[in-house]
Amino acid sequence: MLEKIKDFASDFFVTGDPLIYGADVSIGLAMIAIVVGLTYFKKWGWLWRNYLTTVDHKKIGIMYILASILMLFRGGVDAIMMRTQLAFPNLEFLHPEHYNQVFTTHGVVMILFMAMPFMFGLFNIVVPLQLGARDVAYPFLNALSFWLFFLGAMLFNLSFVIGGSPDAGWLSYPPLSELQFNPGPGQNFYIWGIQISGIGSLATGINFIVTIIKMRAPGMTFMKMPMFTWSVFATCVIIIFAFPILTVTLALLFIDRFAGAHFFTLDGGGNPMMYINLIWMWGHPEVYIVILPAFGIFSEIVSVFSRKKLFGYTSMVFAMLIIAFVSFFTWAHHFFTMGSGADVNAFFALSTMLIAIPTGVKIFNWLFTMYRGRIRFDLPMLWTIGFIPCFIIGGMTGVLLSVAPADFQYHNSYFLIAHFHQVLIGGVVFGYFAGMYYWWPKMFGFKLNETLGRWAFWFWNIGFYVCFMPQYLLGLMGMTRRISTFDWDTGWGPLNVVSTMGAYLMGVAFLFQVLQIAYSIKHREVDTTGDIWDAHTLEWSIPSPAPEYNFAVVPVVDSRDPLWVEKQRRAAGKLPKNPPKPVYAPIHMPKNSSIPIIMSTFFFIAGFGFVFLWTWMAVLGLIGVAGCMIARSFQYDTDYYIPVEEIEKTEASIRGTV
Amino acid sequence: MAQHSTDSHAHGEDHAHGSLKSYIIGFILSIILTIIPLVVVMNHMFQATATILIIMITAVLQFVVQLFFFMHVRDRTGNQPRWNVMALIFGLAIVLVVVSGSVWIMAYNGVGY
Repeated sequence: MLEKIKDFASDFFVTGDPLIYGADVSIGLAMIAIVVGLTYFKKWGWLWRNYLTTVDHKKIGIMYILASILMLFRGGVDAIMMRTQLAFPNLEFLHPEHYNQVFTTHGVVMILFMAMPFMFGLFNIVVPLQLGARDVAYPFLNALSFWLFFLGAMLFNLSFVIGGSPDAGWLSYPPLSELQFNPGPGQNFYIWGIQISGIGSLATGINFIVTIIKMRAPGMTFMKMPMFTWSVFATCVIIIFAFPILTVTLALLFIDRFAGAHFFTLDGGGNPMMYINLIWMWGHPEVYIVILPAFGIFSEIVSVFSRKKLFGYTSMVFAMLIIAFVSFFTWAHHFFTMGSGADVNAFFALSTMLIAIPTGVKIFNWLFTMYRGRIRFDLPMLWTIGFIPCFIIGGMTGVLLSVAPADFQYHNSYFLIAHFHQVLIGGVVFGYFAGMYYWWPKMFGFKLNETLGRWAFWFWNIGFYVCFMPQYLLGLMGMTRRISTFDWDTGWGPLNVVSTMGAYLMGVAFLFQVLQIAYSIKHREVDTTGDIWDAHTLEWSIPSPAPEYNFAVVPVVDSRDPLWVEKQRRAAGKLPKNPPKPVYAPIHMPKNSSIPIIMSTFFFIAGFGFVFLWTWMAVLGLIGVAGCMIARSFQYDTDYYIPVEEIEKTEASIRGTV
Repeated sequence: MAQHSTDSHAHGEDHAHGSLKSYIIGFILSIILTIIPLVVVMNHMFQATATILIIMITAVLQFVVQLFFFMHVRDRTGNQPRWNVMALIFGLAIVLVVVSGSVWIMAYNGVGY
């Protein structure tokens, strides 16, 4: 009996690596600390009522961003470990198998569990406020999306200590990810972690499309929408057409592994290339999914901090929609070397180069917006200015990669690695940081410390160039991706050491940001105006942080920058200095629900069962999911009205100090 | 959480949904269109090409049935734009790209074997 348990445990838990034992201990201690802390301060009820069961888009947004910063830490540690190994390639800091796991989880965590939730967090916080709405179209579904993402991400991360991590790369190409070559549960963790959080992503895409179409403030036509909301619209269109492809592809892979089918196997009529073809049909639109909202953020920030209207609004909208559409026609440029022939490669090379045109239009629009503006260099603007040169270099090397014949040289080399990190860090991460600094006062009612933020900015930027510029050279010298060791006579050693130093500088930058947040929480620079940046759009017309119903009176819009125009009219004396006392009506609001978190937990249980092929557990989980759906469909008491007296009381208490 | 000021029928109104009769007709048609290919395949009634053709045709027919009987493609609230039809057309375009693009890429890829 005891032997059996010992056998099971040594298979079940990941053993034998001191790094992982260290992680086990720190995870255990962190969990005990959280439980003890919550119990000691009697915060369980507060946590449950205010966050775990909330359907308020602002709180869901905060939870998304918190989760994504945690995942940034995890993915960042993975990156630092890889760079350490490559600086000392013969030290065996990471064994080759462990190195494979680390680069796989680094990619998955950064794209799917860091960039995506950061993006969804900003959607949640900003979009309803910019539209003048009280919440998203489907608040319950919104909470469910968050919990599906979160528990999907947790299922994936669990593989670190239980069962073993996936190790077939971030897109887990077959035949390596097939049962024959990868019999452990790691690949199943990959499939189910992504599938469960993928349901959440798809639902969020639908939710925000409906919100934007149906819930704009009266008078806000499509061409009067703020640019960030436009970018969300374009992104959501891509999400709802691209994510189903991912779901189907991973489902086919799972059927191969679980039921012995032959979709992507080497024998039995399968074709692994089909997987690569299908996964990039999602994978390429995915990178536009994460970059378009960053473009939207920059558009907002550039115009506010240059004290000008955005240059070329209409061309911005069309550029974004063209990018969204053409993004579905470029996927084969990820596998030019597959050998589909000159016709196929020429088509996809051209469509890829085509994307550079609308992107260039956007860059010029930002530059022209800044031209002759009175620019303020606050943190959001600083990140925007850091982004522009970085993204231009990344875009240029992207065009180099799109030249199909030349790509045979660059393919899977460090040149590629440097390129996509440059657009993903320089574009996406810088963009989301800019958005975080810009909207932080709206989220919490206080500003993040400027000095520490500048330290973080410079460490990020310098670290970035020190880390990735040498990698372009390494790529041209022939260093390929996903290798954990190399000989000194290749001559790659010195540049790798430089690159690793850059990675550590970015690690320091992240610590500065953590310090910045902690410091700013302790020494609050409270904002009482609600409009700390002298901004243009509706979210700044209400107090910070916004009350739970957002707008006490639904605003009426007649221009693209409604708040700015209103402020100008007021200054010009066309509007009375003090607006007349508003007339309130009872506000219709959704009730909190505990079903999203419970249902997602059942999904987690089902996913865990599928990972270890314990059918009884998977069935149990799925029964729980079905039970939650049935329970929800018989809930009729899902909303309530906030009475006028309560609105008056809330408004008086938050606006009283103004 | 409908915002009643812009569109009073945007949400939660039942008048736009189908009747019990149309749901039952749709359900029966879907089952028939599922049973046909199943019977054909299980009994080996035709040659491979004919079988594949039958599966494809019944699949497309079922897609149409579901659109009309379950997906409310005919519905329209007020004089709002027909968002569902627009989404359908765009979706079909993407499906066309996905299928024909894959066939194109994979067909040429086969030459290398």
